[in-house]
Parts: sequence; C-alpha cells; structure tokens
Amino acid sequence: MRQVAVENFQEWREKARALVAGSVPPDDVRFTDGLQDSLFADVPMPAAGSRGRISVPRAFLARAEIVSLHRDPKRWDLLYRALFRIVNDGLSNEPDELLAMEQAVGRDIHKMHAFVRFRKIVEDDGQPQYVAWYRPDHHIVKHVAPWFAERFGAMHWAILTPDLSAYWDTKTLRFGDGVPRSAAPQEDELEELWRSYYASIFNPARVNVRAMTREMPVRHWSTMPEATLIPTLVSNARAREQQMRERAPGSAEPFVPVGAELPVLAAAVRACKGCELYACATQPVFGEGPERARLMLVGEQPGDQEDLQGRPFVGPAGQLLDRALQEAGVDRSSVYVTNAVKHFKFEERGKRRIHKKPDGGEVAACRPWLTAEIERVDPQLIVALGATAALSLGGREFAIQKERGRMMPLPGGRQLLITVHPSFLLRVPEAAKAAEFARFVQDLRLAS
Amino acid sequence: MDTRTKLTILADAAKYDASCASSGSRRERVSGGVGNTTGVGICHSYTPDGRCVSLLKLLLTNYCIYDCTYCINRISSDTPRARFTPEEVVSLTLEFYKRNYIEGLFLSSGVIQSPDYTMEQVIAVAKSLRTDHLFGGYIHLKIPPGASALLIAEAGKWADRLSANIEMPRQADLDRFAPAKTHIEIQQTMGEISQRIIAAKEEKTVYAAAGQSTQMIVGATEASDTDILQKSSALYQDFGMRRVYYSAFSPIPHSDSRLPPQAAPLVREHRLYQADWLLRYYGFDVAELTTAEQPDLPLDKDPKLAWALRNRHFFPVDVNTADREALLRIPGLGVRSVDRIVAMRSQHRFRMEDLTRLTRAFKRMRYFVITSDFNPDSLKLDAPRLPVPQQLSLFSAVTGEF
Repeated sequence: MRQVAVENFQEWREKARALVAGSVPPDDVRFTDGLQDSLFADVPMPAAGSRGRISVPRAFLARAEIVSLHRDPKRWDLLYRALFRIVNDGLSNEPDELLAMEQAVGRDIHKMHAFVRFRKIVEDDGQPQYVAWYRPDHHIVKHVAPWFAERFGAMHWAILTPDLSAYWDTKTLRFGDGVPRSAAPQEDELEELWRSYYASIFNPARVNVRAMTREMPVRHWSTMPEATLIPTLVSNARAREQQMRERAPGSAEPFVPVGAELPVLAAAVRACKGCELYACATQPVFGEGPERARLMLVGEQPGDQEDLQGRPFVGPAGQLLDRALQEAGVDRSSVYVTNAVKHFKFEERGKRRIHKKPDGGEVAACRPWLTAEIERVDPQLIVALGATAALSLGGREFAIQKERGRMMPLPGGRQLLITVHPSFLLRVPEAAKAAEFARFVQDLRLAS
Repeated sequence: MDTRTKLTILADAAKYDASCASSGSRRERVSGGVGNTTGVGICHSYTPDGRCVSLLKLLLTNYCIYDCTYCINRISSDTPRARFTPEEVVSLTLEFYKRNYIEGLFLSSGVIQSPDYTMEQVIAVAKSLRTDHLFGGYIHLKIPPGASALLIAEAGKWADRLSANIEMPRQADLDRFAPAKTHIEIQQTMGEISQRIIAAKEEKTVYAAAGQSTQMIVGATEASDTDILQKSSALYQDFGMRRVYYSAFSPIPHSDSRLPPQAAPLVREHRLYQADWLLRYYGFDVAELTTAEQPDLPLDKDPKLAWALRNRHFFPVDVNTADREALLRIPGLGVRSVDRIVAMRSQHRFRMEDLTRLTRAFKRMRYFVITSDFNPDSLKLDAPRLPVPQQLSLFSAVTGEF
C-alpha cells in the first residue's frame, strides 16, 4: 500500500499523473490530506512509465478540480479511481459519489456568493473596511475569493473563515490563516435597516418554512443578520395575517343582487353593511329617475335632508342643482340622479348633523351599487358632481377645476363629464356666487 | 419620518410585485465602482414565505392618484404613506449592496402628479447609481403606463430590466377594478419598450439587457385560466416578454370547497406558472391546456399530466424513436432530460433502467413510455390506480431562478 499526501489539486494532479503512468492500481494507493507524506514518506513515486502523454476529457478535469475542494478526505482516492478507469478502460461515466461531491461543492460555492455578509468598520485612517466571517462547508475560499474581488473591487474587504481567510485591498488578493468568529466585527448599525427590510418584504399569509430552509439551511443562519428574525416572523405570521384580513377593505359587493332591476336594487340597498356608514345613517338613499336615461348625474353622498327623506338631491344643494339644470335646458325628470356613496356620513355637533366627506375606503366599498345603477340605466353620459363622484367613476384623483367641462371616455363607450358639486356653490363667497353658478350652468349645458 | 420607518412602509408596499429575478444581464464592473452583473442572479436570502430575496424591492412612494381596487396603494386605502427622496434610495441600495445583501434594486412607485413626473424621479435614482456611483449591480425599473417615449428611452439606458404591469387579463376586468387604466395604453408602453430593445440590438447599444417583464393579478375577477394564458401568450409574442408573473390576488384564505382554504389561490398561481412554462419551452398551445368545458387548469394535477390524460391516444411514446417534440409531452420528463435522451440514444438504446436514472418522476412517467425492454405498464394507462403526483412544493417553480 502506497500512502500519498496531497495538499491541493495541482499536487494531486501531478502525483496522480505519475501513478497512472506507472500503472499503479487504485487499490494500491491511499491519498491523504496533508503537507507531507507521513508514514510511508519514503516510498518513491513510480518513474514515468512508457505511456507518454496522458489525456482525459476536459470535463473530467474541470469536475475533478471542483471535487478536490470537498472536505471529505476520500475525494482524492475517488478521483484517482475515476482517472484510472478513464485512462485504462476508456470509461467516461464517473461514479455517482463523485457527482454528488461535485454538486455539494457547487452548491457550497453558490451559497457562499449569496450568504457572506460584510460588516463595515472604519479604521483610524478613515478607510472603511468590510469584514465578513463565514463558515463554508468545503475548502472553497480560494476558489470563491476572486468573485468577491471582481464584484467589490473598489472596497477593502476581508472574508474570514475557520480554515483560511481572504483579504482584498483593491489591488491584490491575499490569503491568511483561519480565525475564530470572535476575531471578526460583531455588529454593523446598518443591519437594523436590513432586518427591517427583511421583515417588511415577507408576506405572512404565505408562510412556507420548508421552502425557506431548503434553500437557506439553518447552519448558515448564525452569520446572517436577518436570520435572527425568523422565529418571531414565523410565530407572529398568524396574527399578522389576521390583521391583514381585518384591514381588508369592506365592500357592498355581497349585498348587490346581480343583474337586478332598479326597484330590486333599491330594496336591497337597505340591507347593505358594506362599510360602517349604515350604522349611523337614518336610511340609505338610492338613485332616482327613469329606468333608461341618456344622462346620469352622480353626487357625493346624501345630506341631512336626503337622509331623512330617503331621496337624492332634495336639500339646499339639490334645489340649486334643479335651478342650474333648468337654466342649462336639461329636463330633470329625464335624468337619473344618484350619489357615489349611499349613506349619509356626518358628525354630530349639538343638535346639528354636520356633513363629513366620505373617505376613499367608503367610496370604494359603495362603488358596486353605482356600477349596478350604471349597468341598469345604461346612460350615454355621466356627470360627476365633485371630486368624490369623479374618483368613484374615473378611478383616479381629479383636479376638478383643471379638468372640469370636458368630455372623457369611460368604459363601455360612455362619456364622463366632470364639474363641481352644487354644495360648492353654496360655500363660495357671496361676491363670486353668480360667476361660479354661471360656470356650473355652462358645464351642464354640455350635457344637454 | 426616519429612513427605517419609510423603508418599512415602502418595502411592505412593494412586496406584492412577484418578480425578484436578477438574471439575464451581464455588466462588467466599472473601474473604481462597485458591483457587476454576471448573468445568473443570486438569491441572497429567503424569507419565511420561501421567497428569494435578490433585489432591494422598493416603492419610491406609495402615494398614488389611482384607485385600482386590487392594489394596496390605491388612493382609497388607509395604508400609511411615505415617500423616499431619490438620494435615500441610492444610499440604501449602495450600502446594502456593499454588504452583499442584494444583487441590486427593483424600483417601482405609486403614480404621483403624472406618470411622467413619477418616471423622472425613478430614473433619477437609476441614473445617479450608474453615473455618480459607478454602480454595476442589477437595476429593474417599473414603468407607469403612459410615460412618455423620451423617458422610456432614458430608463432603459440605466436599467437592466423594465416592466409595465398588464394588471388584469381582460379589459373588462380593468374597467371594473381600475377604470383609469386601459390595455391599449399599457400595451403602447410595452410596445415602446420592445421597439427600443430591438433597435438597441441592431445598433449594438445597451438598452435593458435583461428585457422586459410584466405582472398579472390572478383571481380578482372571474377571468378564467384560458383568458389569462391567452393574454400571456399574446404578450410573449407581441412584445418579446421575458416573463409574465402571476400574483394571486387575495393573500387571505378563500373558501373553496375543492381545497384546504389557504391553498386555493396559491395553487392556482402555481398551476399558471407551470402552464406558462409549457407554452414557452414545451411547444404547447393555449388551446391544448384548457378545454371549452373546463376553462380553468385543474388544481389537483399539473397541466402537462392533465393534457396527457385527455390525450391518451398519444401514448405510449417510444423514447428511442420519438422526436423531441413528442418526448417533451411525456409527463415527468423535463427539457433537460429530453435533451439528454436525444443526445444519448444515438449511442445506445434506452432501457427502463436508463430512464429511472434520468428523472425522479419515473413512477409517473412509466405509464406513458415504451423503451427497448418493453413496458407493460403502458397497457394500464386506463387503470384507476394511475398515481396522481403530489403537489410539488408551491414555490419551487415560482420563486427560483431558472
């Protein structure tokens, strides 16, 4: 039995070449990891035999070089056995064990590219240094270091591992002894931000711990700052999912009978609990007008009067609207009139109920009613009175004063016209009232 | 508001974008700079949902003028709002990159003021990274539909990948959930990007080297899988899309009697990814994957097995004589295995034993093949005990880099 110690791939290659040339069968030789031949150090290598050049497939060499980085001392023997078979029997399919080793090392290299985490420290000379401590499974530091040198070429960095450490000073790569973890920096204040990011990007409704640990084995967690969060994230996922569910927006959708006639819709809206507004309002206020109307007017929400009477646009703003329509030459009885939100939202001040603007969530929750009305009435033109109606109909925020008074296309070949809400005319200063009313009438004329 | 709070809000808002890919682009490091792009993306971490963290995925702001029902950042949502300055995003990207946390940046934004105003802010980040900081890492920019051609032209100069989201499979779905958006406008933006990419190739200049992708929300409307796959197929053809991402609408459990409640939307998403793969790499046509009676992909088996069971006359396939297209139809055989069969069978005839070494899905496959040593199992194709494979891990096909 011949014992041969090798330290790296080059050395194995040279010694294996001599052994193969001397036709030494794999069973007669034992490779070991080490600097020098130990017990059998005096056993001479065979002289080069009569073989001349030994050639092997390039793919084998590349594979062998990767396998040589594996931590298992058996790798050299396995490689020699494969080499011997190739040279003597012309067999090119290598044993599964070798392929598995190649895969393990390949994976280790890939994971090191991914999981090394630098910590920034600033030396006395003001030069920032980026230092990582990492524990690879195999002897891959020398193999991997050039990749880091290329990517982080302008940085001073060090990757410390238990076996070997790599150092880069923007010009040359150096290697030194392995160091214990305690020799590396223990923190970096940026890690707090990184952890915040990691926690935020995670979707608690899709927990899949197995998929995570398959790709990010637990043994690497100790050097990854974000991994300290994992137990908490997982155990809180249920609660966070519940929160997401509670925060999910309300909608009238379940209360809207599909394809129903207007009277059926008007009856169904009385049972709507799509948002919280139903709780305080007297009653919902549904739209009014002909079953088929060319023109539909959409306001914001019922006011105090409308809430009590259960009909749209019957209060002061409604009366103003009637006057404006008349002046614009629009017959109100031919128009379908409704609101973006069907319940009155208000704040109680003493005995008075003060109008409060519905928020976007309430507008969105109520939209299915408006959609159902539009489908039924099938108007050619819809006039949005004010920002809330415009948002509900147009699906985005509008600058009313800038975008009023022009036709915009809506789905289904309909047109949208935007103007102010009549209650705006009640609020403007006395001096401006006449002019604003005239502008409002001018907008409505486009609809006539 | 401090950076950490902003980061929490704007990363949380960005997590519904499914893409985290950082592959397909090569960029050498500029001397004195930091970062390169090697063509193969790296997953630097994984979150407990099994998803890969490759890019710093952020919104510049989650303020938005739109009210798209399916989107967490819609104007009517009560979600907390924040806005980064371009400098803050530049700094976060560089600092994270230098610590080897990420491959680069995926920057999107709510639309503020106008698509062009928003786009200018997003471009400012990418440009500063490339020119002020010689950043060589990966950059993916989201383009709001309707951004001007000039800005689209500039974005691709700095970015590796661009994407405009199609959002929903049918215009009717948009009409209902995002009335301010149209497929026409979104596809104009996609067309603009794809023309720039083609032109850059001809002129041998660099423009969005990793191409363009898009995302579709699944399960928010009644649109069937057929609708969805037809749309994807058209997008691949018309705009040279690298990827269409599918995002299950509701992260919240659905009540669907066919499945455990939590799984339904996620399994559907997974099936769509599998079908998408069949369209692009296996020579399948949308019309083959679903039927008029069943416009949705079956949830209990993968779409390739489902096709095979509907087309039993096609099997068994002789692995020693069938052409590549036919081999690709065999359940359990992937593109790589097929190519190895084609390469190896010229040297020796394939036996069952050779196949078992080639694929782990041998049990499923053996019902569908003939080898040189005869396959009695093929006769049992109609047997009720034909094993239906277990659901693969949900995200193995979804989040990994291929």
